[in-house]
Amino acid sequence: MIKLEGLTKVFPGHNIPAVKELNLEIKEGDVCVLVGPSGCGKTTTMKMINRLYEPTGGKIYIRGENALQMDPIKLRLDIGYVIQEIGLFPHMTIEENIATVPNEKQWPKDKTKEKVKEVMTLVGLDPDVFKDRYPTALSGGQRQRVGVARAMVSDPPIMLMDEPFGAVDPITRARLQNEFLRIQERMGKTIVFVTHDIDEAIKMSDTIAVMREGELIQHDTPSDLLSAPADEFVSNLVGRNRSIKRLHLIRINEILEDVDRGKPIPEDAKKDDIEKSLADSDIRSVIVVDKDNKLKGVIGVNDLKRKTGGEVAGDYCQDVSDTVTSDATLNDALSVMLEIGEGYVAVVNEDDQYAGTITLGDLLNVVKEDS
Amino acid sequence: MDQLLWAVFDVLRAAGNGMLLSAQSDDPGLFMQTVNWISRRSEMLMELMLEHLWLVVLTLIIAVAISVTVGIIISYYESIAQTVLGICQVLMVIPSMAMLAFMVPLFGIGFTTGVIALVLYSLLPIVRNTYTGIRELDPAIVEAAKGMGMTERRILFKIKIPLARPVIMAGVRTAAVMMIGIAAIAAYVGAGGLGELIFSGISRGHQPMIIAGAIGVSIIAVAFDYLFYYGEKRFAVEGRTREGN
Repeated sequence: MIKLEGLTKVFPGHNIPAVKELNLEIKEGDVCVLVGPSGCGKTTTMKMINRLYEPTGGKIYIRGENALQMDPIKLRLDIGYVIQEIGLFPHMTIEENIATVPNEKQWPKDKTKEKVKEVMTLVGLDPDVFKDRYPTALSGGQRQRVGVARAMVSDPPIMLMDEPFGAVDPITRARLQNEFLRIQERMGKTIVFVTHDIDEAIKMSDTIAVMREGELIQHDTPSDLLSAPADEFVSNLVGRNRSIKRLHLIRINEILEDVDRGKPIPEDAKKDDIEKSLADSDIRSVIVVDKDNKLKGVIGVNDLKRKTGGEVAGDYCQDVSDTVTSDATLNDALSVMLEIGEGYVAVVNEDDQYAGTITLGDLLNVVKEDS
Repeated sequence: MDQLLWAVFDVLRAAGNGMLLSAQSDDPGLFMQTVNWISRRSEMLMELMLEHLWLVVLTLIIAVAISVTVGIIISYYESIAQTVLGICQVLMVIPSMAMLAFMVPLFGIGFTTGVIALVLYSLLPIVRNTYTGIRELDPAIVEAAKGMGMTERRILFKIKIPLARPVIMAGVRTAAVMMIGIAAIAAYVGAGGLGELIFSGISRGHQPMIIAGAIGVSIIAVAFDYLFYYGEKRFAVEGRTREGN
């Protein structure tokens, strides 16, 4: 899909090339993450693909076509572009912002409106609520969603993303990453993703390209990169705790089936039933769900001793402070457990229904199996 | 803004009272004299005010057209920007009397000469504000626009100019208010306007005439300033801060 051959960039007034003789091939539908310390040439490489920077040497092929001979405007209109600072236009509404590329392509108005709505829903922004707002009225995470929506609206086969989730807080970042992966699973775009965060790289990528001082050091799948780093630089970059990093590679729904944990109890369960379930539970607590299978709360062994007005599970249960979604990674689950100070965390699916519970022990088993 | 108008009114009234008191008993006083003069010559005063206004508006249109274009051009060519801004700076520093004197041998006496001098004066605030307004836009916004495939022309008209507009308008506002004052002096080279009233008042020692001219100039200046102030506020409310409901 994208093929870089001997790509070189020397900025005027510099002796050392920013990117040196880079060869890289990215397959259709893959997410290729360029990772490396700042100044390693990853952003420069990315910006040469849509020719914001003109290469001083080498070739770029997109679907076999020489990109350097194409009209740069036409080239860019078919490549989605997301940057860390987002660069939303403050004088335009969210709808107008997202419609930038369709307007440049002179789509009919109805088609644009339709597509804007569709893509807003896709990134999790209610069009009716947000389309007439201005960027200043949005939170950082919401703006980043608009940025992604704006890049995707014309359905470009290729997307370039320069640290797209770099400027938001860690919790929002994890959520945006998971959502993005969910979208990508459906859309199957070819994505070049730049980051300096190796954890993000491992989580997001199909392949990782490690760069240093303008050169490509290693291009491999994340799992190969972890098990066989090409040299000391790469092994330093991925760090010592590689087993923990593996937690980034595995999603909760992949292990949830194998985890055999007691069923949740309905909120109208009697005290005897609660006691029975508690005795079977390996987390000294039972999960309570309502009739729609939505998470209601949790009952620990001590909660039963408390006096309450009622006698059913719904009266005893405590609120759950945090949950994870089933498409989050094991690493997300681990950080939630550490945050709420429990050895387990409840998992919910996309529709907010209870999907299961995983424990620290489960994570330990996964790490053990792998290494 | 209403308060400002009231303040102006108060000052005028106080000045009038002072003059009344200082005047001799059989003398109607300068304030009353001026009021009388204005009521007798209101038609002529209106005519001169319109002439003044025309001079300013015409100059402003020409100045905005030239200055905004120059400002945009130098925002693309950093190397010539400082030179151009320097020239504009020098033009503005020349005293207005001297500038008008320079113009006379070149363009003769008349309305055109006044317009040319005024245009030269108003270059700096507009050119500088256009230049800085565009240069100081968030680079991420321009990069995003470019990366998405907008042409340079579209970026200029759809992104850069609309976003720099408040800064550009502030420059135009400065230029306009400044020009209204200098336009009075331009009467010296026969450009017409309220300056004529002031100058002939001075040469004839006719105080009511001078004051009438000065009041006219002040009214135009305050009105212009208010107009721009109102316009800026309106645009700002429309474009930037409207929250979703």
